[in-house]
Amino acid sequence: MKLEEVRRILDGEVVSGSKSLDIEVAMACGADLMSDVLAFIKQDALLITGLTNPQVVRTAEMVDVKAICFVRGKRPGQETITMAQKKSIPLLLTHLPMFEACGRLYKNGLPGCSEAE
Amino acid sequence: MGKDDGFGRVQELSYELKVGEVMTTTVITVAPDNRVGDLRELFRANKMSGTPVVAGDRLVGIISIEDFIKCLADGEMDCPVRMRMTEKVEVLYADEPVVHAIHKFDRRGFGRFPVLDRKTGHLVGILSKGDIIKGLLKKLEIDYHEEEIHHYRASHIFEDILADKTAIRLKYDVRGKDFENAGASASALKKTLSRLGFHPQVIRRVAIATYEAEMNIVVFTPKGQMLADIHPDHIEVKAVDKGPGIPDIERALVPGFSTAPEWVRELGFGAGMGLSNIQKSSDKMVLKSKVGKGTDLRMTFFLYR
Ligand SMILES: Nc1ncnc2c1ncn2[C@@H]1O[C@H](COP(=O)(O)OP(=O)(O)OP(=O)(O)O)[C@@H](O)[C@H]1O
Ligand SMILES: [Mg+2]
Repeated sequence: MKLEEVRRILDGEVVSGSKSLDIEVAMACGADLMSDVLAFIKQDALLITGLTNPQVVRTAEMVDVKAICFVRGKRPGQETITMAQKKSIPLLLTHLPMFEACGRLYKNGLPGCSEAE
Repeated sequence: MGKDDGFGRVQELSYELKVGEVMTTTVITVAPDNRVGDLRELFRANKMSGTPVVAGDRLVGIISIEDFIKCLADGEMDCPVRMRMTEKVEVLYADEPVVHAIHKFDRRGFGRFPVLDRKTGHLVGILSKGDIIKGLLKKLEIDYHEEEIHHYRASHIFEDILADKTAIRLKYDVRGKDFENAGASASALKKTLSRLGFHPQVIRRVAIATYEAEMNIVVFTPKGQMLADIHPDHIEVKAVDKGPGIPDIERALVPGFSTAPEWVRELGFGAGMGLSNIQKSSDKMVLKSKVGKGTDLRMTFFLYR
């Protein structure tokens, strides 16, 4: 699924990396625990999270996350944005809560990390 | 954070350069049905000591000057190559790093190895020690003369690489409670491994484990160090600190056990999953700790499992 479509489905906005909206994410993972992200996420995934600190970007970098979407309208600080730009990881923001954000994407055909190839 | 002195450019290049980049691509081959007697002129004209035997695109054997001489002694020059060749051939793959080839030359004592494409299995080239030296010198932008390759430089470069079994050592300092830089060591190591051409699957396992280990140093200790030793067939990472130590290691290893304070949990850490993630991502993990002295965590990753 293209990032632009993710944004549309979630009524979201682009926080940074607007030039990368045509990249593809193969699956998604919703998590607020960084160790869970490290344990379960696969390559080329979209990370959906309620955390906005810079460690989220660092964690994403470790497992080659393609893009990050923050839920509940929580806007990341400049430090997080700068780090994401340095690592070329686009950031999205949606006002939906975690469950609904995940549910909408899943309903629209984006698989979870345990299902994807 | 920084590199140890042992991080030589030649060592680095021996990982970066792939066999396919330095091999000779015009390979003189013979067919299984050729006469052994015909090899005399071939070997002489091309100054070769052996040649691959190929049927179609497939490598089926190798025949050397020794095989030829034995055949000559037996007076069987009309015998087909097929009957005299060695069928079990030691090969290299084009996508292997040059450092593998160097170790293989050392172990086997052969003069050259046929090079295959890993996907198709087809013969794509042949590699001699001279090819490796030439490739390295070219990359180092050193001017050289052919004769130097055969004398001084060849042995010098090979011995350098072989002597230092820990071809590359990287060292990073980690500061406790410094969340701004937390993960920087794991990130730098990950970048270096990609640049050296390691397989993405290996890089991923190393990245996850070293990041978890680094975060533990940041969260639970005042300071520590990450030491990564890159060997030709495995990577070893040590995470050491002089922090409070772990009173009950068995308990610390239980998934879900955590003593992380609230402010760490708010950042998304403290699920008590770190050590079990490390166990899962590495091939071997040894955790030693003394209360009041510090913790020593060793992780080993094999490149070929
Ligand atoms: N280097 C260390 N020094 C002191 N204690 C440690 C160290 N590493 C781990 N521990 C102890 O072991 C426990 C388990 O560590 P582990 O990494 O598995 O989980 P965590 O760090 O608490 O949470 P997570 O890794 O999921 O964020 C820690 O809560 C801590 O009590
Ligand atoms: Mg931990």
